[in-house]
Amino acid sequence: MPIPHATVEQLERQARVIRRHIIRMIHAAQSGHPGGSLSATDIVTALYFHFMRVDPGNPHWPERDRFILSKGHACPVWYAALAERGFFPVEELLTLRQINGRLQGHPDMEKTPGVDISTGSLGQGLSLGVGMALGLKIDRSSARVYVVLGDGELNEGEIWEAAMAAAKFQLDNLTAFVDYNNLQLDGWCSDVMPIEPLRDKWRAFNWETFEIDGHSMRQIVDTIEAAQQVTGRPSVIIAHTVKGKGVSFMENQCDWHGRAPNDAEFEQAMAELQDPMDSAEVGTSRA
Amino acid sequence: MKWAEAIPTRFAYGEELVALGHELPNLVVLEADISKSTQTYRFAKAFPERFFQMGVAESNMMLVAAGLATTGKIPFASTYAVFGTMRACEQVRTFIAHTHLNVKIACSHGGVTPGNDGVTHQATEDLGIMRTIPGITIIVPADYHATRKLVRAAAHHVGPVYLRFTRDPVPVIYREEDEFTIGKGKQLRSGSDVSLIAIGDMVAIALEAHEQLAQRGIQADVIDIHTLKPLDREIIVASARKTRRVVTLEDHQIHGGLGSAVAEVLGEECPTPLRRIGLRDTFAESGEYRLLLRKYGMDADAVVAAAMELLQR
Repeated sequence: MPIPHATVEQLERQARVIRRHIIRMIHAAQSGHPGGSLSATDIVTALYFHFMRVDPGNPHWPERDRFILSKGHACPVWYAALAERGFFPVEELLTLRQINGRLQGHPDMEKTPGVDISTGSLGQGLSLGVGMALGLKIDRSSARVYVVLGDGELNEGEIWEAAMAAAKFQLDNLTAFVDYNNLQLDGWCSDVMPIEPLRDKWRAFNWETFEIDGHSMRQIVDTIEAAQQVTGRPSVIIAHTVKGKGVSFMENQCDWHGRAPNDAEFEQAMAELQDPMDSAEVGTSRA
Repeated sequence: MKWAEAIPTRFAYGEELVALGHELPNLVVLEADISKSTQTYRFAKAFPERFFQMGVAESNMMLVAAGLATTGKIPFASTYAVFGTMRACEQVRTFIAHTHLNVKIACSHGGVTPGNDGVTHQATEDLGIMRTIPGITIIVPADYHATRKLVRAAAHHVGPVYLRFTRDPVPVIYREEDEFTIGKGKQLRSGSDVSLIAIGDMVAIALEAHEQLAQRGIQADVIDIHTLKPLDREIIVASARKTRRVVTLEDHQIHGGLGSAVAEVLGEECPTPLRRIGLRDTFAESGEYRLLLRKYGMDADAVVAAAMELLQR
């Protein structure tokens, strides 16, 4: 069934809320990774606000869909989505990276409600997803596993070990996304360590492949829906994205991989991310 | 020691896995293409739907095990000790130990027991590496019966466990009815002249040394530390207080493993002259297991010499 236009618009609006949270959190912490958080925002929003069956009142509900942020440094986007879904108070987002807080610099399953698995060391999330998807298959659960991979971490060999295993075990309950913003920490992917031809690589590993604009909410929702119909093999959605998406001076700038905005940059970023439908909220603690 | 009737402890692991498979429907086994070596092939035959062949990819295997544990399974991930603790070290540290996931890292080919294979397949730093990682229970059974019981205990223990088995046969020193508790050492002989504190395959060597010392009229205390972590500090301190001389025995580097652990306890609670038997900051080489022990100063003669040196101080 086609996803209604109104739903897509609503998701786009939600994504703007998430982006503002990301900027607010990283500004408050004066530390964190805005670039990769903003590039993954539309994918994470679509998952948490349209597709994923989760219960904020019961984060360990066995039948829940699982989410793994393999590129764990982008956790501000995950925390923002979890808070907006009601796993913890939105106000808590401002405790990012603070001592005694629940929002660690990289995701910690024992500290943050709704975080299904700790991540942050690159190249590991897909293996964890294979294990979860296998476990759910053994239990004949209909729950699904979603993994968001960074492009840089595809340099890690373990990603491809996991890719082989996922195909071997026919994990059609596993969907991976490549947040392909084409920038890793030291520069363009093509310079640091070329990953192309990327779609051919996944095809060669016997995955169902999709390639989309990772900021088109319509393409994201339609493609996730299509991936859910695939049987007998895992799916990967190669999502072309822009690092720092939504904040003009952060877009496509390697420098904004792991840098916090100062007060002036914060004001400008928040102004750019202002929702035309809701102009009164900028700069407050609640989006 | 009855070397003629020796059994590799990995055999006991393979047999006990099958027994546990009948009792624990959530127990699953992952393997990295050496199931005949690790003996997990027995489980694969009995429970094919709960056996996952992961190929030659240990890093991935450990995290697939971690993922399975999040869904309530009890994964036993098996490979050689050198790969399980070193190739996949960060995976174990960050995604199994830090997360406290219920994964059992069950590895064969501990110490120099894969003698002929040489250094690539001998795990002689694994215990030190695992011991520095918070939250991992480390178990090294001494013989067939100890392995059966401790594998069972590990399966019922909630949390990460590292188990280390031998490739080569080691003497059977326990009886089938002997019981083992994780974290509690076993007093095998009582003597007041010198303490021989041993782990894994070196427990049999300690018993050999005990016999040789007895022939010289020296009564040795012999303790099996089958659980390196959490360490049974009480049994170590009590023995040291009694004998005032301690020799540790491990099939491992003398740095980081049992010798270091015992030195830490004694240094804090009961400073005692100590000698450590093990690899002395060197790699071994290819060669028959017992000849390697001899060449590298880890056989009963070396233990007796260390004990005599302490006694003559």
